[in-house]
Amino acid sequence: MLDGRARRILGGVARVPGVPGGLLALLLLVVGPLVVALTAGTAAADSSGPGAGASTTVCAPGVLGGPPTSGAGVTSIFGADSPPAESIRHLAWLVLGICAAIFVVVEALLFVAVVRFRRRKREAALAGEPEPTQLYGSNPIELAWTVVPLLIVFVLGLVTIRTIREVQLTEPPEGALRVQVIGHQWWWEYRFPDELGNGREVVTANELVVPVGRPVWLELESADVIHSWWVPRLAGKTDCIPGRTNVTWFKARRPGLYLGQCAEYCGTQHANMLLRVTAVEPDAFREWLEQQASPAVVDPAVDEGRRLFAGFACLNCHAIDGVSAGMFGPNLTHLASRETIGSGILPLTRDTLRAWIDDPQKLKIGCNMPSLKLDDRELDLITDYLLTLR
Amino acid sequence: MSTLSTGHGASTPAGGGSVPDTRRPGAARDSGRVDLMARLHEWTVTVDHKRLGILYVASGLFFFVIAGIQATLMRLQLVVPVNDFLTPDTFNRLFTMHGTTMVFLVGMPVLLGIANFLVPLMIGARDMAFPRLNAFGFWLFLFGGLLLYYSYIGSAGLYGAGSTPDAGWFMYAPLTTRSFSRGNATDYWILGIMVSGFGSMTTAVNLVATIFSMRCPGMTLMRMPLLVWMMIVVAVLILAVMPVLTAAQVMLLFDRSLGAHFFNPQQEGSALLWQHLFWFFGHPEVYILILPAFGFISEIIPVFSRKVIFGYPLMVAATVAICFISLGVWAHHMFVAGLSPFLNALFAASTFLISVPTGIKIFNWIGTMWGGRIRFDVPMLFATGFLALFVFGGLTGIMLAVVPFDWQLSDTYFVVGHFHYVLIGGTLFGIFGAIFYWFPKAFGCKLDERLGKWTFWIFLIGFTLTFFPMHISGMLGMPRRIYTYQPDRGWELWNLISTIGVPLQIAGVSILVWNIIRTLRRGEPCGDDPWDAWTLEWATTSPPPEWNFHEVPVCTSRRPLWDRKHPEDPDEHYE
Repeated sequence: MLDGRARRILGGVARVPGVPGGLLALLLLVVGPLVVALTAGTAAADSSGPGAGASTTVCAPGVLGGPPTSGAGVTSIFGADSPPAESIRHLAWLVLGICAAIFVVVEALLFVAVVRFRRRKREAALAGEPEPTQLYGSNPIELAWTVVPLLIVFVLGLVTIRTIREVQLTEPPEGALRVQVIGHQWWWEYRFPDELGNGREVVTANELVVPVGRPVWLELESADVIHSWWVPRLAGKTDCIPGRTNVTWFKARRPGLYLGQCAEYCGTQHANMLLRVTAVEPDAFREWLEQQASPAVVDPAVDEGRRLFAGFACLNCHAIDGVSAGMFGPNLTHLASRETIGSGILPLTRDTLRAWIDDPQKLKIGCNMPSLKLDDRELDLITDYLLTLR
Repeated sequence: MSTLSTGHGASTPAGGGSVPDTRRPGAARDSGRVDLMARLHEWTVTVDHKRLGILYVASGLFFFVIAGIQATLMRLQLVVPVNDFLTPDTFNRLFTMHGTTMVFLVGMPVLLGIANFLVPLMIGARDMAFPRLNAFGFWLFLFGGLLLYYSYIGSAGLYGAGSTPDAGWFMYAPLTTRSFSRGNATDYWILGIMVSGFGSMTTAVNLVATIFSMRCPGMTLMRMPLLVWMMIVVAVLILAVMPVLTAAQVMLLFDRSLGAHFFNPQQEGSALLWQHLFWFFGHPEVYILILPAFGFISEIIPVFSRKVIFGYPLMVAATVAICFISLGVWAHHMFVAGLSPFLNALFAASTFLISVPTGIKIFNWIGTMWGGRIRFDVPMLFATGFLALFVFGGLTGIMLAVVPFDWQLSDTYFVVGHFHYVLIGGTLFGIFGAIFYWFPKAFGCKLDERLGKWTFWIFLIGFTLTFFPMHISGMLGMPRRIYTYQPDRGWELWNLISTIGVPLQIAGVSILVWNIIRTLRRGEPCGDDPWDAWTLEWATTSPPPEWNFHEVPVCTSRRPLWDRKHPEDPDEHYE
């Protein structure tokens, strides 16, 4: 298959290469990034891994404890803190390793070819330089680089299938907390089953509270277009598709705030459809659930605000237990127990809430809540009323 | 070099008919206006495959500049978190138009244009099989593109960006149904791309007919240059998948205008149906965009390494394999859509499988360089850059085929980084290499080598700065298609670096454009075969006459010009 000269070319000792600066730069440009990638991935994993838990762990929100600490925003896929995300992280390192090895081998071959077989200026000066030996192919070599990649992808295929079986469950795990997730343009609705057995359904928006150490089974739906539920440290993303129910699950390993956001383009405010999952100890979770299942607070001091709410367009979109039954916007029955407004873009304070009611289009351009053109008094009254809804 | 500006200059047939001879001394000043009009007319009515090819490439480059401006605006918006440089709707329109433009109005026309120019020359034919259909295809494409851009002057005018599409180049239903996409934006997208797609389909039909029926004596299928092989596979793929896109577009149009509900889940339609149809087109489309670039590389590397391509039959087999397998991988774009574990595994397997023939090609190219005497002229620089970057893009593609990993990475900036490495590092570097390599064939003079090297290095550095950090921000959880992001996620640095790369890319492209203009105006003639190449297009004059060859060439092997230059050791013995 190979004649003598060809064998010499393939196996010969490299001549002393005058490595051209440009080619070295090329190598640095392609290998450098890989090194950066691997170290960046590690750094991200370190900063959010178990050792760094303190900075990312927060107390339960609202009635359950203090506000979230700042800097809790790690969404690195290597900061996994739940079995599905951990399985994926495990697989990810393996795949990164295999691909990095292939990358290094191929780029090295390319680099050697480029350096060793580059035409030298001195040769070029010689008149009538001969063409190099023409090598038309080699069956054993070509067979080798067909079969070896086939074997590699076969192995990759096997580990992929194993991890799919590990992560993608079709039945809820035993003892799972079932939560229905409904994606809306541009906020999240969570509906809990009647866990407490008191006949009251818990409906909340944008902030999901879950118990630590218990599997959570999500049934994902959409009220309008396609969204995707993604909290990188808990699980990979799953689409919420109208007319269809998808499922996914996770189990938070430790208490804390886990962030994410909608991952499927869903229109104007796709960027601000943020996700917050707070994992708390089981006792605190039960306490939270009881509070969410309780009827809306009725405080006579803010009665005028309540009547304004019920009298304005608010009631068409928002449900408040005993006041209105709108379904288009988030349920506000326990609004003041949440930490954020605008699906996670702003902390919930009196000022932000008042500004939001005044002109949501200023804070979240294009969102579906109109500017209501209320006067200052009405704004104050409604804000004060909503802040009593704990 | 006034002869260059018509592209055909000295070779225009003597009895060229009604077109005035504008090259007569003194004629230009008096009849400058007539001259321009005549030339414009000449180019408008042309059915010459070479001129149509040049028109395709020129219009593609025009749209490329527009898409580049759109990309620049997006990067400026994302340079810092919570930036209010652009409104969300403006940003959404920009990424929709950027993607649509790059795929349909830059990638396809430039590649089909180069195919138009080269295929008849490479197979020793006088023209394409259907020259007038060829012209029709080009004008359809251009009209479709202009129709799409006409949307900017819709209801709200330029300032409000009119009726510009804003639902992404993938146009997922139900976001594109009447309820969620009011106005005419989506209709502009459907009609513009549909018309432009008809143009691509006519070109594909023409390529198939030309390649199968008009090869010169002696050019068997297994002697065709690899580029021609790639182009036939591309043409077959276009014919297999573009009609599916067109059908889906018609269905969406029915939904929007006639009250059908193919994609409306509220009336028993299926939101996933659009994804299946779209990606059945959309994934092979990726290969439609990359295979011609594989072809360019397969022509450039042997010539500049002074070696015959290593393993020609395996390269052909790999190309055909890619054609078939690419029709069976589309659902890997839908791993997060909740398919069953079985389907997920199946499509992961088919995607893994397609990486094998692609890998074979890369090894064969390196095998071709091995033992050669490599000249690093600009086309070869781009070919080497292609190899270096495409390996990276291909490997991140394999990572995305690992379904569970994809559950995390899909729809993040990792994917954006991945396909820019494939489509810019691959397709665009291939196109740039091809422009430098075949420019002398089209216009009779070489582009400036020094400027070309500046283009290469500046663009490469800018490209790496822009697209490499996207892999990291993606792994740090940054989704795609977001017009803004919160400051506490650790994405600031990577976005900043990405944006810093942009001016470098702009500089690289500007130098290229300047290089082309300068060479067209004052290039030095470089002879018919400046690279000492081996395929038939170099056997005629540069630029070629309207009828391509003074006498029909005869093909004796895969490298007919090698045989002529080396009568002592002709190629045919080795086939």
